[in-house]
Amino acid sequence: MIKVEHLHKSFGEFKALKDISLEIRDGEIVSLIGPSGSGKSTLLRCIHGLEQADSGTIYLDGEVMDPSNKEKYREQRKKMGFVFQHFNLFNNKTVLENCMLAQITSAGRSEQEAYDISMEYLTRVGMADKADSYPSRLSGGQKQRAAIARALCMNPEMMLFDEPTSALDPEMIKEVLDVMKDLGRQGMTMIVVTHEMGFARKVGSRVVFLEAGEIIEENESEAFFSNPASERARDFLSKVFYD
Amino acid sequence: MADIFTADNLLFMLKGAGFSLLLALGAVAIGCVLGIIFAVFKLSKNKILNWLGNIYVEIFRGTPMLLQILFFYLGVPVIYQRITGTRMNANPYIVGLIALSFNSGAYQTELIRSGIQGVDKGQWEACETLGIDYKTMMKEIILPQAFKQIIPPLVSEFIMLIKDSSLISNIGALELLYSAQVLGKKYYDYLDPLIIAAVMYLTMTVLISWLSKKLERRLAVSD
Ligand SMILES: Nc1ncnc2c1ncn2[C@@H]1O[C@H](COP(=O)(O)OP(=O)(O)O)[C@@H](O)[C@H]1O
Ligand SMILES: [Mg+2]
Repeated sequence: MIKVEHLHKSFGEFKALKDISLEIRDGEIVSLIGPSGSGKSTLLRCIHGLEQADSGTIYLDGEVMDPSNKEKYREQRKKMGFVFQHFNLFNNKTVLENCMLAQITSAGRSEQEAYDISMEYLTRVGMADKADSYPSRLSGGQKQRAAIARALCMNPEMMLFDEPTSALDPEMIKEVLDVMKDLGRQGMTMIVVTHEMGFARKVGSRVVFLEAGEIIEENESEAFFSNPASERARDFLSKVFYD
Repeated sequence: MADIFTADNLLFMLKGAGFSLLLALGAVAIGCVLGIIFAVFKLSKNKILNWLGNIYVEIFRGTPMLLQILFFYLGVPVIYQRITGTRMNANPYIVGLIALSFNSGAYQTELIRSGIQGVDKGQWEACETLGIDYKTMMKEIILPQAFKQIIPPLVSEFIMLIKDSSLISNIGALELLYSAQVLGKKYYDYLDPLIIAAVMYLTMTVLISWLSKKLERRLAVSD
């Protein structure tokens, strides 16, 4: 469970996030949607600690995430997996090595354990046959599935996705969304920044709509899409759905 | 004139060339370790480490190499004597290696720093989100990718070192150029030994350029 309270974040003069409060319960799949530049990535990155908020508090499982409490903060961050738009697989490592590295150096697993767990997750995302490939030899969809497996190998309680399909060719989007859908079915808590409205509506349980650094609207997925309450959400949806 | 081209004399010069090559190899390796350390210093958030990195690079890039060699050979023993009260006999090969290493380290610091900065920010963030510690991140992810980008200038640095190692002749280390001078003096003929030395230097440098181009092509294929 994650709880965000009164989060503010500026880049110089520019206010990227203004007083964000948000709660995500275990097993929920929350879609963060909104126009480009509205602060979706910044919010996700603040939650994981890739960016430090200027003020506000984040609670993970009821406990404050405090960077000055280094040991604890490290353990807390390990409970969250992060998937990037541009995959960020380690270029100089094979898919398998990508999955194994942190397991050995950060989770303290043995080589054999790390191997077994890697292969288990690579199989689950349909990438076991590419275990020995270098990222440069993979398609975008394959890279993203490998990156998801790499994050899952660390057994996170929760997965954060930052536009996981935005850098993909259209025909590869589905294979990644399928993997994510599968994860959701197994009860993984997920926060997904996405422009895939079909996914947000059908797989996501809740939608958080951001604009200009503020949460404009928050609702159950079906209710949000069938009957958006705010003018701005209606306006946004009319732009993303072409008809 | 012809009697200068004896097997013994050629062997003597080849041995000098071997020393030059060894000195350059040693210096490029030690310089690389220094380069990594000071590059990390320069990129660190710690102001004191930044400052140390800057000072090191500025001193060794901003003063003549020959001065540095003489400083280590003639200056350091004086410092040693003032502190300990005992004399120290400096071995010209070791001193030469140290001076070349420190000099090369300064140039490599800048190369490695630019290589590290050239690694995609996403690679760092991926390490961060996976909880990978700084040392592992550097060793396994960042430095291998940084070095791959800077192979051409590193090879140039190595070639420079082979040539610059000739400066060690000034403190009496019998490397290639000094071997040529020794023969020149013995036979009252400097032309032939110098030409032989030039050919030997060229053979080494051209060969290294060629090997590095092959290596680069091989690495380009692997990703
Ligand atoms: N590191 C940064 N430095 C300066 N401005 C930034 C930085 N990261 C994001 N921004 C700005 O903050 C705003 C929100 O960015 P972002 O969270 O990436 O939006 P979104 O993901 O919704 O498209 C944008 O205007 C962006 O330019
Ligand atoms: Mg974004």
